[in-house]
Amino acid sequence: MIRVRGLNKWFGEHHVLRDIDLHVARGEVVVVIGPSGSGKSTLCRCLNRLETAQQGEVVIDGVPAPLEGRELARLRADVGMVFQSFNLFQHKTVLENITLAPMKVRGVSRPEAERTARELLARVGIGEQAGKLPGQLSGGQQQRAAIARALAMRPKVMLFDEPTSALDPEMVGEVLDVMTGLAADGMTMVVVTHEMGFARRAADRVVFMADGQIVEQGAPAAFFDRPQTDRARDFLAKVLTH
Amino acid sequence: MSVLLDHLPVIWQGLVVTLQLTVASFLGAAVLGVLVTAMRVSPVGVLRALGTAYVEAFQNLPLLVLLVLAFFGLPEIGIKAEPLVTAIVVISIYEAAYIAEALRSGVNSVGKGQGEAARALGLTFRQSLWYVILPQALRTVVQPLGNIIIALTMNTLLAGAISVVDLTEEAKRINLVEAQPIPIFVGVGLIYALIASGVGFVTGRLERRLVMVR
Repeated sequence: MIRVRGLNKWFGEHHVLRDIDLHVARGEVVVVIGPSGSGKSTLCRCLNRLETAQQGEVVIDGVPAPLEGRELARLRADVGMVFQSFNLFQHKTVLENITLAPMKVRGVSRPEAERTARELLARVGIGEQAGKLPGQLSGGQQQRAAIARALAMRPKVMLFDEPTSALDPEMVGEVLDVMTGLAADGMTMVVVTHEMGFARRAADRVVFMADGQIVEQGAPAAFFDRPQTDRARDFLAKVLTH
Repeated sequence: MSVLLDHLPVIWQGLVVTLQLTVASFLGAAVLGVLVTAMRVSPVGVLRALGTAYVEAFQNLPLLVLLVLAFFGLPEIGIKAEPLVTAIVVISIYEAAYIAEALRSGVNSVGKGQGEAARALGLTFRQSLWYVILPQALRTVVQPLGNIIIALTMNTLLAGAISVVDLTEEAKRINLVEAQPIPIFVGVGLIYALIASGVGFVTGRLERRLVMVR
């Protein structure tokens, strides 16, 4: 579903992604973990070209990601993305947030878009919030609305860029539950997160990044119980002790 | 003030022309201003440069000079238009630079994530700007836009220089006959003040209505 080959990216002098190769199969849930500044968010943003890499290619569902314009917009329509800071459209109600792209990009009629939106809101557990503005919702509710917004495009892949990092601790669970449900339904997912419990529970594969490289990857049980590299052992020792 | 009442019909005519100039120029400037703003935030470098050049050029030239140049220059190249139309077009072009500048500051105040989310959903640049960025940008610049409309209203009197007979021009003509500048221009000044406070009232209301919960 996603194939990344030889991806290299620099921010000025800083080499943030080094020779990244990554293959995500249809229906696979890949969780990317690693210390801050390891390039995992940048990698996630390169997958739908919110960031452009200087070298290498990203192929989504057999199609090389186009550089710009309408082709790129079409690709992005098929790739859902959930951000750390939700990024719901502040001037639109939750329902309007969800119906905008299906109507404008896919040409879905308003009644149908609204029906789908309400179904999705019910699915993420905030059916009663449809008429509210994002600012009137809690962080957890906003993030669930953002997930519903991405799902409304019926994406082939969902990208999650630290979806729970901006949430109060008591709201992390409700968002992770929605994501776990999605994973169980067979959605192809790439999740950048610091939630080790989620990685262990929901991931088919854990990818560990450090210093812009993929250092180690494997099934979650194997990775968490028997990390192969010092870098991963060191990282896990720091995050799992508390 | 009775001198004004004696000339009420022409004052009214002048006021109508001033309002025509104001409303039509504002509409023209709004459309053009949005276009220039879109150019200035476009991903295409050439368009950005053109947009910036537009704003720099028209903010740095006096409106009176532009009006006179258009009035005498356009017929030279074969374009003939009513003075009123020439004035509306020139004022629109001039004020669009100010509107574009206000809108751009509004666009800058909209979080980067809003545009990213729009693009991540597959909206094109134009759709992102139109449905997501501009509506939010507009909300933050209602007050500055109100000030621009008020300045525009005052600027319309420069159209008198190219033979448009607006409120101020009528006042000058009445004064030629009556030779009572103080009451005539106090009265006309009050009419302008009334228009301006009307604009201020509407934008104040709008700003409160459109306030966003963040």
